Amino acid sequence: MSASDLDLVRLSQDGDRAAFRLLLERHYGLLYRVAYRFLGNRAEAEDAAQEMAMTLAEKIGSFRGRSRFSTWIYQIALNHCRDQARRQKSLGRMQTAFVEVEAHRTADWADSDRRVQWLYRAIDRLKPDLKETALLVLAEEMSHAEAGDVLGIKEATVSWRMHEVRKQLSQMATTNDD
Amino acid sequence: MTDEFDELKARFRAEKGPNPEPQAKAAGIVRAMARYDEIFSTRSQGKARGLRLIERVRGLIPGSTKMHGLKLSHGLMAGASLAVLTLVVVNSGLLREAQNIPFTTSPDQDEVATPEPRKAELKQENLAAKPAENEIDTLAESPPSPAPLPSLEMQGTMARQKMAVDAGSVGYLQKAPASGIVAQGDQIDSYYRDQGRDKFTDIETNPVKIAKDEPVSTFSVDVDTASYSFVRGSLNQNLLPQKDAVRVEEMVNYFPYDYAGPADRAVPFKANVSVFPTPWNPDTKLMHIGIKGFSLNGQEKPKSNLVFLIDTSGSMDSPDKLPLLQNAMKMLVETLGPEDTVSIVTYAGSAGTVLEPTKAKDKTKIVGALDRLMAGGSTAGAEGIRQAYQLAERSFDKTGINRVILATDGDFNVGITDPEELKSFVERKRETGVTLSVLGFGRGNYNDEMMQTLAQNGNGNAAYIDTINEARKVLVDEVSATLFTIAQDVKIQVEFNPDTVSEYRLIGYETRMLKREDFNNDKVDAGDIGSGHTVTAIYEITPKDSKAKLNDDLRYGETSTPAAAGAGEYGFVKIRYKLPGEKDSKLISEPVKIGAAATTVEAAPQEARFAVAVAAFGQLLRGGQYTKSYSYDDVIALAQGAKGSDAFGYRAEFINLARLAKTAQGLEPLKQ
Repeated sequence: MSASDLDLVRLSQDGDRAAFRLLLERHYGLLYRVAYRFLGNRAEAEDAAQEMAMTLAEKIGSFRGRSRFSTWIYQIALNHCRDQARRQKSLGRMQTAFVEVEAHRTADWADSDRRVQWLYRAIDRLKPDLKETALLVLAEEMSHAEAGDVLGIKEATVSWRMHEVRKQLSQMATTNDD
Repeated sequence: MTDEFDELKARFRAEKGPNPEPQAKAAGIVRAMARYDEIFSTRSQGKARGLRLIERVRGLIPGSTKMHGLKLSHGLMAGASLAVLTLVVVNSGLLREAQNIPFTTSPDQDEVATPEPRKAELKQENLAAKPAENEIDTLAESPPSPAPLPSLEMQGTMARQKMAVDAGSVGYLQKAPASGIVAQGDQIDSYYRDQGRDKFTDIETNPVKIAKDEPVSTFSVDVDTASYSFVRGSLNQNLLPQKDAVRVEEMVNYFPYDYAGPADRAVPFKANVSVFPTPWNPDTKLMHIGIKGFSLNGQEKPKSNLVFLIDTSGSMDSPDKLPLLQNAMKMLVETLGPEDTVSIVTYAGSAGTVLEPTKAKDKTKIVGALDRLMAGGSTAGAEGIRQAYQLAERSFDKTGINRVILATDGDFNVGITDPEELKSFVERKRETGVTLSVLGFGRGNYNDEMMQTLAQNGNGNAAYIDTINEARKVLVDEVSATLFTIAQDVKIQVEFNPDTVSEYRLIGYETRMLKREDFNNDKVDAGDIGSGHTVTAIYEITPKDSKAKLNDDLRYGETSTPAAAGAGEYGFVKIRYKLPGEKDSKLISEPVKIGAAATTVEAAPQEARFAVAVAAFGQLLRGGQYTKSYSYDDVIALAQGAKGSDAFGYRAEFINLARLAKTAQGLEPLKQ
C-alpha cells in the first residue's frame, strides 16, 4: 500500500513539493542504475543521475499519462544516456579518454563478479540499439513488450534484437577473448 | 526467457554495485527540487484550476505545502511513512553492520607463523573485528581466552596477571592484556579497496658519518607511532610494507619503555644513556638514549577542549575506516572528564558542524552524533580544517588543551590539496594555541605524507589506527601522552668525541634531522613530548681502531692532537626543550662514559635490548643496509629475551610480526 506514482505525479504537477520529492526518492536509484549500466562508471553515472532528475523536474508537467510512468521515466533516462554517448563521440573523447575511462571502470568493477564484468564488456561491444535493448531486458528485466514501449518499437522487434544479442554474446563467449 | 538469459539476468541481479552514494543522491534531489521550485513557483501563481479530487490528499504527505481534506488512494499515507521507515532501516542497518560483525578467534600460533595465501572464502571469517564490547564479552565468558595467544609462555604470564589483579582493576586488566594480541589478523577485506596508492615521503637511510668531519648530530624527537601500525597492518595481510612506510624511530617509539623518569615536574624528563655491543656487528657499539617524560596524575591534568574533525567522504566508507573511527572516538569520549568539551566537524564534499561544543558529561549527545555519521562524497579537507579551528577558537580554554583531532585517510581531493599550503595554515594556527593531532585510517589509498605534514606542523602527534585495539592504545591507555604536552620543541644534539669514536650513524629519524645551528635557535620547531611519553634514539658507533670502520683513514690526513677534555667519553648528549607556553628553551646534558659501557648485549638494560630488537626489525624491513647477516630469527630471539612484563601484550605482538615478516610477500597480488 503506497501512493501510486500516478498520484504523486498529479500532485507534483499541481506544484506539491513533497509529492515530487517522494517521487524522486523513489526513483533516484533507478536513474542512477540505468546511468551506471549504460555509462559504465560511477562518477559519470552520478552526474548523469543528477541531470536526469533535473530533466524530470522540467518535464513532469508535461506527462500526460498516456504511457505508464515507469516507461516514461525509463525513456528520460535512456535519452539522457544516448545524449551522453553522442556527446562523448562527437568530442572524440571516446578515443582520447578511453584509457582513463577503462581504468575507472576496472576500479569501479573491482568488487563485482568477474562474470558481470565480462557481461558488461560484451554488451558494450554490441551496436547501440542492441545494447539498449539488451540492458533493458537483461538488467532491468523488462518483458519484450515493456522494452518495446520504452524504446518506441514493436515487441517483435525487441524479440528479434534479443535473438541477435544472444547470437553475438554466445559468439563472444566461445571466442572468449576476455 | 531462455535459460541462458535467466543466467545473465541473475548476474545483473547479483551485482551489488549500482546504487548511488547517499550523499550524491541527496545532492541530486536537492538540485532537482530547486529546478522544480523554479518552474512551479511561477506556474502555480494565479493559476486557478478547479479543485481536483487529488488535491484533497495533500494534507497527508509530510511537509505538504497545502492542507486540504483527505482521500485519494489510501496508499499515500502508507507511502509517506514508508519512506520515513526506509530511512530508519538504512540507518540502523549501518550500525548493525558495524556492531554485529561476528567475533571469531584469530588463527593459532602456527598459522600466524606461516600464513597461507589469502583465499576469497576466508574473507568472511576474517571479519573478526571491531567493537571492543564483543571481545570483552567473549573474554568474560570464557576465561581461558580465545586462542590467539602466541605462546604457552604468554598464557602463563597472563594467568599470573589475572590472579594478581585486585578487585578494583579487574575490568581493566581483563581487557587490557588480551588486547594487543587479539588484534592479529582482524583485517577486513571483503570491501573494495584501492591498492598500492598509499603515499609516503621518500626516505634516504641516514648514512654513516665520520666523527672527525662531522662530530655533531642534531635531530628533533618524534613521538608518532603511525609507521608501526601501518607496518603491522601490512604484515597481517602477509605483505611486506613499502620501504618508505617504515620509519624506524616510529616503530621503536611505538612501545612504552620502563625508563627511569624525572623526580618532579621542574625538569620534565630524564635521559637514560647506555652503551653496549651491537647485536648485528661485533665490532661496533650501540648508544641508546631513552627519554622518559614526567607523568601527570589525575588532578594535574588540564581541561581539554577537543574538536573532532572527521572525514566522512566516500573513501571512508569501509569497515576499517568510518565504523572503526566511530568506535575509536567513543572510546576517547569515555576517557574525558565531565567538564571537557567536545565538538564535531565533518567534511566530505562540504564541511559542516555536526556537534556544537558540548560538555563531556553529556555523553549520550556526543555518542549519538558519532553514531549518525555516514560516508559519501569527495573530500574537502582544507575547508574542514578551517571550520574545526574556528570551533576550537570559539570555545578556547586558556588554561587547558585546545586541540583539533583530525581523523581521515588523508585523501584530500577538493579545495586546498597542496600539503605545503595546508602546512602553513596549520603552522599559523599553532601560534594561537590550538594544536592538531592526526589519526590515520584505512589502507590502499592512505596519504601518510599529508598526515605527517599536518601533525608535525600542528604540534600534535600522528597515529595510525588499524584495529580497535590500536584505538584503545592511543586513545585510552596512552591518552595522557597523546593529549597532555609536558615539553615542547624537544631537540637532541649529540657531540661525538673523534678521539674515541671514528664513525657513527643515527638509526631512523631521517625525516626529523635538524641543522646543527637549529639546536640553539628557539624559533625552529621540533617534536613535543606528552605526559609519560618515552622517546628512544639509537646511534650505532664505531669506536676508534675498530676494524668495522667503513671509511678508510686518509693517507694525507693531518694528525691531530687529542683534545684534553673527555678522554674517557664517547660523546656528549644535549637536550633542549621548552616548557609548554614558554618561549625560551632549557638545556639538559649528559656525558657518555666509556667506562659505563656494557661488554655484552645481554648485559644491556632490558628495555634498551627490546628497543634495539625493534630497530633491527625496522632496518631489516627497509632492506638491512647496515645489519649484515642479522635475520628475523635473531630479532625474535633478542625480543623474546627482553619482553619484560609486557602488560598490554604489545611486545608479544611484535614478536609475532617478526615471524610474519619471514614469509610475507613483497608485492600485493592484484585483486580481481
